[in-house]
Amino acid sequence: MDESLSFFLSIAPTLLAAVPVTLTLTFFSALIGNSLAVPVAVASLSPNPLLRYPSAFYIFVMRGTPLLAQTYLIYYGLGELLPGTWVQKSFLWPYLRDGFWYAIFAFSLNTAGYTGEILRGAIMAVPKGEIEAARAYGFSKSLIFWRVTLPRAIQICLPTMTGETILLLKATSLASLITVWEVMGTARQIQKVTFRVYEPLIAAGLLYIIMVFILTRLMMIVERRINRHRLAPV
Amino acid sequence: MDTTLKVEDLHKKFGEVEVLKGVSLEARTGDVIAMIGSSGSGKSTLLRCINLLEIPNSGRVTVNGELIRMKALPDGTAKPEDMKQVERIRSKLAMVFQGFNLWSHRTILENVIEAPIHVLGVPRNEAIERAEALLAKVGIAEKRNFYPNHLSGGQQQRAAIARALAMEPSVLLFDEPTSALDPELVGEVLQVMRKLAEEGRTMLVVTHEMGFARDVASEIVFLHKGQIEEKGAPREVLSAPKSERLKQFLSSTRH
Repeated sequence: MDESLSFFLSIAPTLLAAVPVTLTLTFFSALIGNSLAVPVAVASLSPNPLLRYPSAFYIFVMRGTPLLAQTYLIYYGLGELLPGTWVQKSFLWPYLRDGFWYAIFAFSLNTAGYTGEILRGAIMAVPKGEIEAARAYGFSKSLIFWRVTLPRAIQICLPTMTGETILLLKATSLASLITVWEVMGTARQIQKVTFRVYEPLIAAGLLYIIMVFILTRLMMIVERRINRHRLAPV
Repeated sequence: MDTTLKVEDLHKKFGEVEVLKGVSLEARTGDVIAMIGSSGSGKSTLLRCINLLEIPNSGRVTVNGELIRMKALPDGTAKPEDMKQVERIRSKLAMVFQGFNLWSHRTILENVIEAPIHVLGVPRNEAIERAEALLAKVGIAEKRNFYPNHLSGGQQQRAAIARALAMEPSVLLFDEPTSALDPELVGEVLQVMRKLAEEGRTMLVVTHEMGFARDVASEIVFLHKGQIEEKGAPREVLSAPKSERLKQFLSSTRH
């Protein structure tokens, strides 16, 4: 036991150093993915078939194929296409050699598909009367969307989006397969170096639990704030 | 007196059903027109055609002398020629709904300042100042920071009236404002509406409250099957109805 404990302590600094990588992967993928979800949802509700069908297809593909396959395709596929093009000479190239940005790209696109579909349902659930009131008071279409429809829809689907973000946080472990040394990848490396199978995995699991716990707490505060109108008056 | 609102020969079809069959109406400044009629007579549709929440198939609506320009479509419907014009005119025609339709993600105060700030471009401080005065006027100043869901139906409707007044509208459109309220809450809303009528505001009120129509309206319009069957001063219309339909309607609603 003593020996185990000292082993945990010995690998802790290495694993902890990988936590910021996992968190930044999650943060940027959630930020970009959820922002992209807005146009995806809007397009999927458009009366114009040229917007609606591509959006529905996008959601279908993103939800219908494994995230790992998407990540590989983007990393190896783009990684093969880009060299030799203008991109290689551009200022972006130093970033585009790094798996980290490919991982964020893949996770963002995937999140946009999932959240886009959630947001689509939430937009449809916004009470028609509130939108009608905005129309009756002379709001333009875009003003209605930004001031009434979108904020109401986000309120409606926020608990589901919290769940999605937790899934995303854990899914960032796939980045280890394209050379990004986040928590899971680092744990696998420790396994290889120390020939210990369980301890690195258990330690990584503990770190994920702590991160998820903190994330859910944060989201609870956000939900409280955003859904004030449903709570008892103060 | 000036004509604030003029409706000419309005027709509206929902599919094959003709809900409005050529309705004309005129409101001068300060008029309070009560529109009565049984359900399905087209009175709510008429109101909703005036601010183009429903697009009439044909007919003309003029607000403050400005005609809403419409374009006839080959399928017999029509559409506004210029949405910007419609939005501008809508902001002059504030509507109060049966179901209140307050924005539930905003506080009462935020509900009242929302359209003045974002549609009319009123500076925020000024909008807040005006909103507070209006909330005091309708008797719910102390509820300014509450969310709509925390208020009773009567309070919500009074907040909705404050929201309408904040637009400084030329005409107030009331679409059965007390029909969704508990009986004991109807009075407080009618009282606010009475006050507005006394101030000389131009109002179009679709209502089932015969007492209100009799005491407050300057004119009563009785709609039946999409047409104006009878109209006139409340005393005449209610005590000496000419048409058989109106006689029937009144005997069924009078208590």
